[in-house]
Amino acid sequence: MAASPLKRWARSEAVNGYMMISPTLIYAILLLAAPLVTLVAYSFFTDGYLVVIPDLTTANYAEAWSDPIFRSILLRSVIVSGLVTLVTVVLAFPIAYFISFHVPAAKKSRWLFLITIPFWTSYLIRVFQWKVILNYNGVINSILTGLGLTDHPLQMLNSIGAISITLAHAYAPFAILPIFVSLEKIDRSLLEAGLDLGENRLLTFWRVTLPLAMPGVIGAVMIVFIPTIGDYVTPELIGGGKLPMVANVIYQQLLKIDNKPLGSAMAISAMLVVAAVALVFLFLNRRFLRGSK
Amino acid sequence: MKFSSLKGYAFLYLVFLYAPIVLLPVFAFNSGTIIAFPLKGFTLDWFRDLFANQTLGLALKNSLIIAVSTSILSTTLGVFAARASTRFKFPGKTGVMGLIMLPLVLPEIIIASSLLVVLLAVGMPLSLFTVILGHTLMATPYAIAVLNAAFSSLDRSLEEAAYDLGETKWSTFRLIILPLVTPGIISSALMSFTISLDEFIVAFSLAGKETTLPIYIFSQLRFPKQIPMIMALGTCLVVASIVLLATAEYFRRRGLAKTGAKDTGGFL
Repeated sequence: MAASPLKRWARSEAVNGYMMISPTLIYAILLLAAPLVTLVAYSFFTDGYLVVIPDLTTANYAEAWSDPIFRSILLRSVIVSGLVTLVTVVLAFPIAYFISFHVPAAKKSRWLFLITIPFWTSYLIRVFQWKVILNYNGVINSILTGLGLTDHPLQMLNSIGAISITLAHAYAPFAILPIFVSLEKIDRSLLEAGLDLGENRLLTFWRVTLPLAMPGVIGAVMIVFIPTIGDYVTPELIGGGKLPMVANVIYQQLLKIDNKPLGSAMAISAMLVVAAVALVFLFLNRRFLRGSK
Repeated sequence: MKFSSLKGYAFLYLVFLYAPIVLLPVFAFNSGTIIAFPLKGFTLDWFRDLFANQTLGLALKNSLIIAVSTSILSTTLGVFAARASTRFKFPGKTGVMGLIMLPLVLPEIIIASSLLVVLLAVGMPLSLFTVILGHTLMATPYAIAVLNAAFSSLDRSLEEAAYDLGETKWSTFRLIILPLVTPGIISSALMSFTISLDEFIVAFSLAGKETTLPIYIFSQLRFPKQIPMIMALGTCLVVASIVLLATAEYFRRRGLAKTGAKDTGGFL
């Protein structure tokens, strides 16, 4: 008594899988894919007063990219994100290494917990606290003048450096966790082999540990770079609004000036820049992964 | 030797991580109106202001409505996706999961602006509901990440045994699978709740005239007079999120213990 083809089809794994995932998939199509497609479409439309006219044009991109202010803001965003990524990943690596190689197994999750706690407390307030720390009469300057190290408080706010430190702090756990995961995967006997074969610790680290940890490092780079380039809050609070990044101009175009096509073109441009950087890193990642096999 | 220098570095790093948070209560209980050293004296005035503030109360209420809804919605969507991706093989699975997990790697401003454009285009008025829609989209990938771990540690033979003993698909899910993944569900719900409660830019774009807690905080940070109260608020939020996180961690560990999986640590 064979089941009818229809019944067999309905019981097949593929259909079951699609049935099961359909609510989430439909949600993602309606609220993620469709809006992204709309954003792309808008970026090729024409701005009428209060309405968007569906006349296809590339004028928005031409306007955005020929505008020296937008170009410099985009460049600043890439530089700040790049700087933040570099600082975050370089600072995070030793911590990930410490937890993976020097903390006893039973205490590892406690350390990870300790590192993730600050990440879960109010983002806005954490960012603002850096203003408190770096301010003209802030924590660092009070310490410096209090110790008599300087008479003139340092002007630290409203700079790319201040924005970078703040973001590096905000994204620290994002860098630590992927590096930690890839360090955990390293077969410890490989390190012993390196030492047995006469390499010293530093060389073993350089030739064995670091290359094997590279996928985690590249993961960390991506996971820090992508969200920081779209950060809105830090340039406003720490940059004093004088050093806008790309999210600030997109927001301004879409909500304040209400030029949706131009705003969309800027958003898509920013996304393309992010995607280009991400693809380069993915490519690097693939090379490293192949190299480690 | 190397051990101790690394340990010293780890200590300094923790100081860097915790400095902004430790400073919150310092200024929240300081009677000076300017956020600077030296400290003046001890006061509870800022907390009194905080609890008497009605705009803040409304913003908090809105944020709680959004966060609870987001938490329920994204965990429900997460259960479907995690179950599908751990239990079934189907063509195009990588692409489907890629789309669903995309918000993890999309700058938030892109999510905010694309949703804003489409909501205005279909004429949906901006409200708390639209914020819930946006937050659910953002929190679902995190929920899936937590739930995937819970679902993939399930032993499939338990499920097969239930079928053999005559249970239906639904009763197996309810009697066998659900109890085993409940700790994962709770920790996913708490995580989505926390993400939503703290989210600013999507709420800022999609809330219309409504105010959420982060929107309120952002608006107050411009006024130096309000900063001590914000410090008090920050102190309360830190305490609340530590309690939430500890609860989530407890359930995550209990879930691992239940299914007998090895603790790999961490939330993400």
